[in-house]
Amino acid sequence: MTTAELDPSESASVQSYRGLVARRIAILVGLSVALVLSVAVDVSLGPARYAVGDVLKTLFAPGTADLQIRVVVWDIRMPMALLAVTVGASLSLAGAQMQTILANPLASPFTLGLSAAASFGAALAMVLGVSLFPGAISLMVPINAFAMAMAASLLIFGLSTLRGVTVETIVLLGIALVFSFNAALALLQYFASEQALSAVVFWTMGSLSKATWGKVAVTAIILAICTPLFARRAWALTAIRLGEVRASAMGVPVKRLRLEALVLVSVLAAVPISFVGTIGFIGIVGPHVARLLLGEDQRFFLPGSMLSGAVILSATSVLSKAILPGAVLPIGIITALVGVPFFAALILTKGRKSW
Amino acid sequence: MVSLTLDKVGARYGRRQILFDASASLQGGVLTALVGANAAGKSTLFRRIAGHLRGAGAVQLEGAHDHELRYMPQDTGMTAALTVYESIILSLKQGSGGWRLSTEELRAVDETVRRFNISHLVDQQLSELSGGQRQAVSIAQTLVSRPKVVLMDEPTSALDLNRQYEVLESLRLYAEETQAVLILAMHDLNQVMRCCSTTIALAEGRTLAFGPTLEVLTPALIRRLYGIESRVERCSRGAPIMIVDGPAVQDAI
Repeated sequence: MTTAELDPSESASVQSYRGLVARRIAILVGLSVALVLSVAVDVSLGPARYAVGDVLKTLFAPGTADLQIRVVVWDIRMPMALLAVTVGASLSLAGAQMQTILANPLASPFTLGLSAAASFGAALAMVLGVSLFPGAISLMVPINAFAMAMAASLLIFGLSTLRGVTVETIVLLGIALVFSFNAALALLQYFASEQALSAVVFWTMGSLSKATWGKVAVTAIILAICTPLFARRAWALTAIRLGEVRASAMGVPVKRLRLEALVLVSVLAAVPISFVGTIGFIGIVGPHVARLLLGEDQRFFLPGSMLSGAVILSATSVLSKAILPGAVLPIGIITALVGVPFFAALILTKGRKSW
Repeated sequence: MVSLTLDKVGARYGRRQILFDASASLQGGVLTALVGANAAGKSTLFRRIAGHLRGAGAVQLEGAHDHELRYMPQDTGMTAALTVYESIILSLKQGSGGWRLSTEELRAVDETVRRFNISHLVDQQLSELSGGQRQAVSIAQTLVSRPKVVLMDEPTSALDLNRQYEVLESLRLYAEETQAVLILAMHDLNQVMRCCSTTIALAEGRTLAFGPTLEVLTPALIRRLYGIESRVERCSRGAPIMIVDGPAVQDAI
């Protein structure tokens, strides 16, 4: 699969397939380079202005830099920049696999109600001080958010095992969940104190500002666990996109695969959402960008979705610092504002059907 | 030699029993037609044989493993962002795990592409194919792993006359070469008489007849299957053809 050299004894179709594979690998490499550059710019930007040279020096030789810049770069900017990468990759991968198993281009952690459920869970902590798992007061907000997001996906998961439930039904149930949790959230906000209200509103905007090395590690570990599990099922997941009947005709255990993927996707989406709040757009746009660039062979689509999600969120993080000098806008706002025109341009200019 | 025996096979979707009693004993190497009116249970029988549905009776396979069975469902749209070539590779790689493609695997894909005359389509996206092209690609997807039991639901319904002939001829050759059992659900009885040596006639979930095609497809059976009057005659070159005369007369049914 990796050899791009053309063997003259091979037929034209094999040669053309090898060319296609080589182009796809080049696109993946390009996305990786873009990601590294974007993270580098992200780390060098921030409300405190340092010369790029000083930042680089702090990165590669932290011992020689002075304490202030070392704290800013290593304890504030690096976790934020890397959390953008892991969260972008997780949400995009989760969206990609939701779209795959539900055969629906609109499926994402956001449209299936996971984000809305997480917001409601977070608001429970911030407005009423209710902890779903008593004990960890400092982590009350993310734990509540995670618990509600998991509850929402377990509900969808449970319903999807019922007889006669189709993928369309699952998507409709997800949308019903979005409305229910949004209503419950609005109710909480209505009764909230002014201080709690602003906390809830800020949380639902989505922000990387509470990034820590711990959160980076947790999201990275979850990615490291889930990605190989998806990779092992690459051919089966690709086959599901030919339709349920065709896939089972090829011997793919469609129902079991769908359940396994739903479990993985739930964890993959719920953890980042509980750390950063609502960043709705990545889970839909990341996979679509990857699909347009690389097609849906999961050997390319899987890493491609992760990379495109990471690049988009990292670039958005750069923009959120660059738009208003001295301020960091909540990233959830920028993703949609900048992402939507980009996405619209991409699907409208790319000649072939995107779904 | 592969053989497939169906012994009083039944199947149900939920509470609805679709298939009651399908029995037949098939040998590999030739094409077998499965004929019957719409909703007679043809697709259900296929899905029961393929193991997607459970039910009464027994499906016995000799000379082949379960994973060497492939079922080609009726034509439906394919929206996946894959090229034709990728979709055929995909079918070959199911169950084999690894991400790498060997030269032999690429050669197998190539051979299938050439056999079914779709070399000019390999770089096209699935979503850009016409109905007939899609059907040809589906056939290639089904046969690329060289299965020993092949169940095809109306494999030629969207093809033009020339392609119908080509595809049926390739399928007949495939059966002969691999000694595989090939069952084709078909509606065009003239085509059935031309290419299929044996025929299973299914009505309301039961086999009405099974055996050599010309013995099965009699005017009486065609009347029971489809409710039409017909004649099976010899054409000027001696080949049997079916001529439709019109709907069956009420008291004749």
